[in-house]
Amino acid sequence: MRLHSKILFALATATALSAAPLSFDFKDPKGVNNAVFKLDAPLEAINGTANGVSGTLSFDPENPSKTTGSIVVGTGSLHVANPMMKDHMLGAQWLDAAAHPEIRFEIARIGAVKADGGNFSGEVTGKFTLHGVTKEITVPVKATYLKDKLGMRVPNQKGDLLVLRSTFTVKRSDYGINPGAPQDKVSDEIEITLSLAGASPR
Amino acid sequence: MKTLLRRLSVILALAASVTWLALGRNTGWTKTSVTTMKTDPVTTLEYPVTEKRFVPGVDLLGLCLAGAGVLAGLSLLRPRTPAARP
Repeated sequence: MRLHSKILFALATATALSAAPLSFDFKDPKGVNNAVFKLDAPLEAINGTANGVSGTLSFDPENPSKTTGSIVVGTGSLHVANPMMKDHMLGAQWLDAAAHPEIRFEIARIGAVKADGGNFSGEVTGKFTLHGVTKEITVPVKATYLKDKLGMRVPNQKGDLLVLRSTFTVKRSDYGINPGAPQDKVSDEIEITLSLAGASPR
Repeated sequence: MKTLLRRLSVILALAASVTWLALGRNTGWTKTSVTTMKTDPVTTLEYPVTEKRFVPGVDLLGLCLAGAGVLAGLSLLRPRTPAARP
């Protein structure tokens, strides 16, 4: 092979290797990955959490706007402190967890990306599925790429971490969640805060 | 009987009130778990830690106080006067 062909081949290989997106798994048996939800109605404030998070993202730190993948939260993992309220919330009249076991966000595109070292922010547009209804929404996301930090979480495991944070609001009436329920008691607006860390082992 | 009902009413009201005050004065619904947020040192993410704990709310307090009221109300009822014999 001629010298300049060898050089070109080496450059192409190096470029391909450095630009390869990484696959991050968001299933977290330790329960750190979580969603917090809040409904603040005039007569009652409802706060709860969910930790049944899973999903995978393909993320390239050199090209974060090309991130693809989806995040899933198990509907049955939603929790509020009052047991009767929890039963109602997961029951047929509200979230119907038996019929709709997953809450899913699938990335369609990412815009307004800003990068500062390993920190990124952007507007992520995707298909949000809740209560069996899918709508396209755009949410702000902050991401932190922690290169070679997986070993701090999982002993003797090499790899990277991708930390995601996002807070956004959806309306339960948009997703057919008991739309007739009085909004002064159960707010129509649901504020959702996602705190997620994905692992990419090597 | 009246005295017993009144005593039970007072005991129920006192027990419910003291328990509610001692277990957190929760002005919301009764809880069977309490969630606190902790911070993961590696990712700095906040995550919930839930522990099972009974915290009576105003619903249980109200139910007990209503029960005490019923007992007190029953204690005020007049016994039926047997019909006078001719």
